[in-house]
Amino acid sequence: MSNAATQNKGFAAVLWDYLTTVDHKKIGKLYLYAGGLFFLLGGLEAMIIRIQLIKPENNFISAGLYNEMITMHGTTMIFLAAMPLLLGLMNAIMPLQIGARDVAFPFLNSLGFWMFLFGGIMLNVSWFTGGAPDSGWTAYAPLSTQSPGHGVDYYVMGLQLSGAGTLMGGINFLVTIVNMRAPGMTYMRMPLFTWTTFVVSILILFAFPALTVGLFLLMFDRMFGAAFFDVALGGNSIIWQHLFWIFGHPEVYILILPAFGLFSDIFSTFSKKRLFGYTAMVFATILIAFLGFMVWAHHMFTVGMGPVANSIFAIATMAIAVPTGIKIFNWLLTLWGGSITINSAMLWSLGFIPSFTLGGMTGVMVAAAVADYQYHDTYFVVAHFHYVIVGGVVFGILAGLHYWWPKIFGRILHEGMGKLTFWTFFIGFHLTFFIQHFLGLMGMPRRYWVFLEDQGLDTGNLISTIGAFFMAFGVIVFLINAIYTAVKGEKAPADPWDGRTLEWAISSPPPHYNFKQLPLVRGLDPLWIEKMEGKGKMTPAEPLGDIHMPNGSIIPFVMSLGFFIASFGFIYQTNYDIAYIFLFGGMAIGLGSMLVRSLKDDHGYHITKEELEREAD
Amino acid sequence: MLGWMGKFRALFLLGSLALVLSGCGKENLTALVPKGYGAESSMDLIILTTVIMLFVFAVVMVIYVITLIRFRKKKGQEDYIPKQVEGNQTLETVWTVIPILLLIIIAVPTVLATFDLADETDAKDSININVTGNQYWWHFDYAGEEIQTSQDLYIPVGEKVYLNMLSSDVIHSLWVPSLSGKMDVNPENENTMYIEAYEEGVYWGKCAEFCGPSHSLMDFKIVVVSPEEYETWIADMQNVDPEQEPQDTVALEGQALFEENNCMACHAIGSSPVATGPNLTNFGDRSRLAGIKELTKDNLVDWLQDPETIKPGNKMTGKYPALSDEDADAIAEYLLQLQPSDITPESAGN
Repeated sequence: MSNAATQNKGFAAVLWDYLTTVDHKKIGKLYLYAGGLFFLLGGLEAMIIRIQLIKPENNFISAGLYNEMITMHGTTMIFLAAMPLLLGLMNAIMPLQIGARDVAFPFLNSLGFWMFLFGGIMLNVSWFTGGAPDSGWTAYAPLSTQSPGHGVDYYVMGLQLSGAGTLMGGINFLVTIVNMRAPGMTYMRMPLFTWTTFVVSILILFAFPALTVGLFLLMFDRMFGAAFFDVALGGNSIIWQHLFWIFGHPEVYILILPAFGLFSDIFSTFSKKRLFGYTAMVFATILIAFLGFMVWAHHMFTVGMGPVANSIFAIATMAIAVPTGIKIFNWLLTLWGGSITINSAMLWSLGFIPSFTLGGMTGVMVAAAVADYQYHDTYFVVAHFHYVIVGGVVFGILAGLHYWWPKIFGRILHEGMGKLTFWTFFIGFHLTFFIQHFLGLMGMPRRYWVFLEDQGLDTGNLISTIGAFFMAFGVIVFLINAIYTAVKGEKAPADPWDGRTLEWAISSPPPHYNFKQLPLVRGLDPLWIEKMEGKGKMTPAEPLGDIHMPNGSIIPFVMSLGFFIASFGFIYQTNYDIAYIFLFGGMAIGLGSMLVRSLKDDHGYHITKEELEREAD
Repeated sequence: MLGWMGKFRALFLLGSLALVLSGCGKENLTALVPKGYGAESSMDLIILTTVIMLFVFAVVMVIYVITLIRFRKKKGQEDYIPKQVEGNQTLETVWTVIPILLLIIIAVPTVLATFDLADETDAKDSININVTGNQYWWHFDYAGEEIQTSQDLYIPVGEKVYLNMLSSDVIHSLWVPSLSGKMDVNPENENTMYIEAYEEGVYWGKCAEFCGPSHSLMDFKIVVVSPEEYETWIADMQNVDPEQEPQDTVALEGQALFEENNCMACHAIGSSPVATGPNLTNFGDRSRLAGIKELTKDNLVDWLQDPETIKPGNKMTGKYPALSDEDADAIAEYLLQLQPSDITPESAGN
């Protein structure tokens, strides 16, 4: 109903609707659109990097531009593509999985999105204002503090904005899962995707402040003449690395755990079996998250921390392999004895197992400190983390998209194109990155603009570049598939995959209030239970009644815009006094919006019982 | 007499040898053919972890393949509902305990090797070299010998050589894959590592920590010579007279131009604390120009006239007036004849 209504509205009305929406499903879509766009941008940067490295001493782009490319590729892919795409899936699906009508703080949800988007735009504006950040996505001091121009300033402000957005999202999900589960949905009945969203939100809550602090110090060093990282003035440059990785390593788990969660749901659905070892899976997730905070310094084995620290962090890192292994084996045993359907969502999930296992293997290998003295900062490490991030996270996002596309957009993605995407991307991925393990050991450090002739690195790099083109082809096919599906795709029923969890109990796409009556959950895989007992649909836990809904609001957009403008003020006040107008003006808009939000009563509105009754099931 | 079988076999052996060699990368650069103590320690762990991890991978893949073949939905099974298994305590225990045991097998040698490589008790009695990392070149100061060089580091074979490393600007990382793993060169907190080479030769070194536009062009060499040759080289370097005038007139003019253009403000010839730019005492003996280019007069003239194109972001660009072809040629002539020793990368088996 609501969907049909939107289609008849004009463009301006739709735009206004999305600018002001506080509906978790629409915000989820916004995250997916924005994340998708940044993913293409990051992919383009990756292609430029690979073309530059197609042959020795290539001159496709200059050294300075190359450094901007690698910096923006990493930053974009992590903060502006992988994170929002996952947040999009969480937003769109998690409330449905726990039987909630929305997230706990719809306004905050919208604010989180706009902060992220303006942060992402901020970062990319730098391309047009004299050069993007160029000191690597890790921005190690003092390279980052000494980097000329304003590139790194954009990095600082852009990440600060989008990081704040992510932090809000995390807190919101935490409260939602704690407070808004449907009757009967106990913690140990939550689907694994909801569990991982929960655990990841805790990680966000504790990890992002470390980044915020680091960025603040960097901001003061660069813009206000502080010397936190300036050795000559008594500062310490290594502190940045600690702050960055105290955030950065949990970040890896923030990315991979949601993927683990959705793979668990997908394996279970398409093998028609309950997840094997559910309890073990939950505790393995928690254990990974806990250990994830204890291992940051394995990124710093060569910094010179001494043998005691290196040994401790090596062993802690190896320990993570245990819960990860538990997960792999439980997935295999979920499939074992099942009735396995292989479609595109399942292909990505099945492709994930060998790919991610390889990434995990090399993870243990780089954990061995003395071996890491060779791997560190070489293409071996590049290969390792792409096996984890692409083979785990990107495969996960694509699996999740193919799986939940019907629920989110109401149409089923084309299977043939889905399979073509998978195979080209999968082959391209291994072609690109497998050889890089050897390139690293053969003496190719990472972030090398050129590699010299006659160093035995030519063939490997050529193969790697060819693989990258396969991956690009796969992504293009996926884009065509998405457009084709939007125009001509098959309309999705409520439950196209014979699903097990609550999101499949309501129509595709769901009405804006989600559940007309909150469902009564009677166990793990609640929908499956009802199907097995012959009812096929959820028992309501409440009588039909008025539903309280929040009003949309433009304030989150305006507030984020204010901070966005203020960020330019912060950056340019080092050169021009006129920038203070932007600084104070932007802050006034941002803080003013907060004031309006605090003072204005907004009680939302009710959908009456009668209206609900009029709407068909 | 070699029959066709023998010829074939020889060819086959040669071919596979070439394949193996190229598969492991370039000799004296690749970490896969270790020729020093550190690289060997790393390689032992690399092999151990690879073998154990490949075993784990094999187990996963066997279960994976069998599962996919046996349990894929077949025709006529559309309505089949598999048994809903909750889990299995014994299995969970098995795949928790076995990985822990495997990890202990990896962890013990890892810790031992970590402490072993950090053992610096004999540093005082060994050769100590103070290394400074700079954007984008390396400065080597032989402690107590009054010798400074850059780009080429001469060390004796079979001896522990301690490198005490500090950066003058941003973080660098010294890496000679065939001899040893890397160690960061920070602006604070001097880091120490040692190198012990097993074989004479010239080894490629690289900067492994992202340090700016020319990060990929910060190559250097470690020239490993016999202990006798090392002594000779030390003596040769100590006997350099920086004031010595070259024989041929063009070089003599070059020397004058070198002074005229105030090159000495940054570049020392002979022992000197000046280290703003690379020390040029044995410039003519260098294995490479600027660490990367072949050391020819043409390349040197190009470098003198436009270093920016060769090494973007270097600190030499714009520090001296533009040089005419003739002037650059003369300076190049002068620099190339700075060859104080017969012990060179070439003699070490370049």
